[in-house]
Amino acid sequence: MSKLLEVKDLKVSFNTYNGEVQAVRGVNFDLNKGETLAIVGESGSGKSVTSTTLMGLLPKPQGIIKSGQILFEGEDLVKKSVKEMQKIRGNDIAMVFQDPMSSLNPTMKVGNQIMEGLIKHQNMNRADAKKKATELLELVGIPQPDVRMNQYPHQFSGGMRQRVVIAIALACNPKLLIADEPTTALDVTIQAQILELMKKIQKETNSALIFITHDLGVVANVADRVAVMYAGKVVEVGTVDDIFYNPKHPYTWGLLGSMPTLDSAEEELYAIPGSPPDMLNPPKGDAFAPRNKFALEIDTVMEPPMFKVSDTHYAATWLLHEDAPKIEPPESVKRRMQGFSKMEGEQ
Amino acid sequence: MATNDQNKIPKELLVPLVRKEDTSEKISGPSRTFMQDARRAFFKNKLAVISVFLVVIIILMSIFGPQMNEYGTDDQDLTRAKMPPHVPVLEKISWLGLDGTLSGKYRGNDVEAATANAIARYDNKEEFIDIKVVDEGDGSRNSAVVDATYHIYDAKDMSDQYFWLGTDTLGRDQWTRLWEGTRVSLIIAFVAAVIGLVVGVAYGGIAGFYGGKVDNVMMRIIEILVGIPNLVVVLLMMLVLQPGITSIVVALSITGWTGMARIVRGEVLKLKNQEFVLAARTLGQSNGKVIMKHLLPNISGIIIINTMFTIPDAIFFEAFLSFIGLGIVPPDASLGSLINAGFDNLRLYPYLLVYPAVLISLIMIAFNLIGDGLRDAFDPKMHK
Amino acid sequence: MFRYILQRLFYMLITLFIIATVTFFMMKMLPGSPLSAEDKLSEEQKAIVLEKYGLNDPVPVQYLRYMGGLVKGDLGVSFAFDNTPVTKILMDRMGPSLQLGFQSLLIGSFIGIILGLIAAVFRNGAIDYTSTIIAVLGSSIPNFVFAGILQYVFAVRLEWFPVALWGGFEYSILPTIALMIFPMATAARFIRTEMVDVLNSNFILTARAKGISEVGVVFKHGLRNGLIPLITVIGPMAVSMMTGSMVIEQIFAIPGIGEQFVTSVTLNDYPTIMGTTLLFAFLFVVIILIIDLLYGLIDPRIRVSGGNS
Repeated sequence: MSKLLEVKDLKVSFNTYNGEVQAVRGVNFDLNKGETLAIVGESGSGKSVTSTTLMGLLPKPQGIIKSGQILFEGEDLVKKSVKEMQKIRGNDIAMVFQDPMSSLNPTMKVGNQIMEGLIKHQNMNRADAKKKATELLELVGIPQPDVRMNQYPHQFSGGMRQRVVIAIALACNPKLLIADEPTTALDVTIQAQILELMKKIQKETNSALIFITHDLGVVANVADRVAVMYAGKVVEVGTVDDIFYNPKHPYTWGLLGSMPTLDSAEEELYAIPGSPPDMLNPPKGDAFAPRNKFALEIDTVMEPPMFKVSDTHYAATWLLHEDAPKIEPPESVKRRMQGFSKMEGEQ
Repeated sequence: MATNDQNKIPKELLVPLVRKEDTSEKISGPSRTFMQDARRAFFKNKLAVISVFLVVIIILMSIFGPQMNEYGTDDQDLTRAKMPPHVPVLEKISWLGLDGTLSGKYRGNDVEAATANAIARYDNKEEFIDIKVVDEGDGSRNSAVVDATYHIYDAKDMSDQYFWLGTDTLGRDQWTRLWEGTRVSLIIAFVAAVIGLVVGVAYGGIAGFYGGKVDNVMMRIIEILVGIPNLVVVLLMMLVLQPGITSIVVALSITGWTGMARIVRGEVLKLKNQEFVLAARTLGQSNGKVIMKHLLPNISGIIIINTMFTIPDAIFFEAFLSFIGLGIVPPDASLGSLINAGFDNLRLYPYLLVYPAVLISLIMIAFNLIGDGLRDAFDPKMHK
Repeated sequence: MFRYILQRLFYMLITLFIIATVTFFMMKMLPGSPLSAEDKLSEEQKAIVLEKYGLNDPVPVQYLRYMGGLVKGDLGVSFAFDNTPVTKILMDRMGPSLQLGFQSLLIGSFIGIILGLIAAVFRNGAIDYTSTIIAVLGSSIPNFVFAGILQYVFAVRLEWFPVALWGGFEYSILPTIALMIFPMATAARFIRTEMVDVLNSNFILTARAKGISEVGVVFKHGLRNGLIPLITVIGPMAVSMMTGSMVIEQIFAIPGIGEQFVTSVTLNDYPTIMGTTLLFAFLFVVIILIIDLLYGLIDPRIRVSGGNS
């Protein structure tokens, strides 16, 4: 498989009145054609900034790409002009946003909002675009698509609107689809429907998917690989199996441990204490150290590099250094890991 | 990846970290209440702060200004009518226009005719008129132009008298009248704003707090009132009532409270169903306590802002009414009536219009900027 | 929707009826008679005049007669202008007022919208600050002050335009500018705030993510959403046109409705005052109705809820 996307040492900052907020501090990851990568992390970890940067939609003039490359099919998106990015956006790379309630233009018919991209990128005339848009609505599971085409967003429910947003994103058969917490704002039952829909569509269109979420439960369901982000960096990356059965970074332990499951009723959840660091002045050394029960002295001095666990699995923690004390994940997290493999086995 | 500088790693530090103090949950920065935040934000807004100073100065001047010289509001004396501004010291700086001279361009077929025109205009006091030829002319009609400067204070043998802003057509001191007028305008504006505030808050508060049928009836009444344009009501009231300060206040108050009432009702309706109010009720607090401790503090911002914007509106309306002859009548003065009088003499005595016009503009701008500043200050989105 | 319009029309008629009634009785309460100024007339002559105008009838009779006339568009006869019907006076003077009002409302809001739009797109730039200053000054400084400045500088001093009166187009330029400042400032302020909000909203991000050009994003997706709420300030703008017309027409001696009103006030010409007041009320109520209906037409969210109720 050839690489569709390679992000190399991406650094993004925001200039605010209080100073420079380092939202993304050197992110590396890559993505193969047709693959699904989940980016997981708590709010403020830089996952959404990373995705808006990929789209070239950083708010200007505050948002600045300090360094790094975004190679999409071998071409660096960072160096593209505004006009060139407009050709790529919506055509090769599309995005589904978090809040379906506000992501659609309230004064424009739903059909027109889908057709816009088609007319712009595929040089379709209105009639063809209309036909294609109707098909898209059907594809995303909206009944009576030809009636719905002429309705306004407020006539749709939240789940239906998210389907429309997905239809807009899919309009031009993008090679890469970025979904920024597409289910967070929806009811749980609707969440499942939308996830199923995205999985189905991805299978049918074979586009690659970057799925941004803070919900690890969702990740196991959709992703091939997972990148865990903390404080503007990827701290652990691996296949779903690597991350769920063999997590190495204490932060990943925390994420797994703080996830309630059915059989976790009796045991205590493993919570990560404290709150994410202030990105105005990120701490020296390992940014996670102040919240890390297993922190080492070296964490306060030096940032850990990416240690290789296996060919697919890397993690940035000094615990993986050969001379570091051997530390096992906490009991509750271990039990959780076993739980996952049990569930897997049953399936 | 991990192989690049293996050797530089201080291996002795690969031991569990000994924490001195748990700082992960420390809150940095002092905590501030919403009002403190709002005040900080307001005082950061330079324009708003300057405006507050300006308003304070104008209010002080409107109180003490008329006493600052020996002339009264209604000291008429036709012999000293239409005197231009004359200020000690500043009279030396000619371009300020405070040197007590009248000047203008006069035309004629030739320089002589133009000069004669100018002299005729200025009381035939030739010896006190400086003539400067602007255009010699070619003998055709009105081709010659002269600049004439008339030293009227000298001509009237009053060069020791100082009317700082000149006198009006009846010889009354414009400085005294200007600040009297400002006082009248401000009083009208403040009283109208306060009445609007009290009635509006009470009406809107009752409608919103009791809701249901009470609210329904009260809102229907307001809807009918709002359907009638303020302008029409105020004009009718002014026609029926005796002109004067009270009438203007009554006319402005009759219509002025509806906006406030609607806003307050909306806010109260929104707030009273919020969890913190429900919580207070669940804990058994009385209606009065709920209103005083929970509702009022939360709507006070919007009330203050709205009141701040009613003041310039009222000032404008008073000026408008006086301007069209329905407001303050002479010998009383208000900014509107002074401006009206100024327009009658705009061609020859522009200073009669300039000062009241500038002053009313300053007042309006200042109050609007204060209103803007308050609105931003009370907007939690702006607190950073 | 149709039922809604009917309902609104019905309310409008009731409002107008109330206004007419109140106006009539207030006029009756006025101190003095229309003839009090005319001392030269003998008692007999006065009686004849009063009889002619039907002022000797009982008030209810006069009221019914007035309201009956109103339905037919008859506003009575002016006391001051040789028995001219008030309707005719107003009709004759409608032209300049309407021209001024529309000219300034359209030009003013157009320039205002452009200013506000540019300010919102280039936030915190030089244009933004300039437009903010214009907006603050324009909405603060009374229009008669502007009129005075314009008249003195451009007509009296520079002599570029006629000082006053009503002739060709050049006569309307200064009054139009004086009158358009308020709608311009209001629109600029309003559109800026709205557009800043709109341009920060998620659907704009969606539009950008589609790869639409920035111009398309601002105009196709932004402007329409920013313009809709502007309709709500047309009401205050219309009122400012009415108060403005009285002041501006007076200053520039333009034979319009506003100038007529001010003259009638000084002459105690009650029928004309009443007629003008009713005309203003009528215009205002109609404008508010049109605004509400327009709002429903332009904003799809309201259109549906209006249709269902």
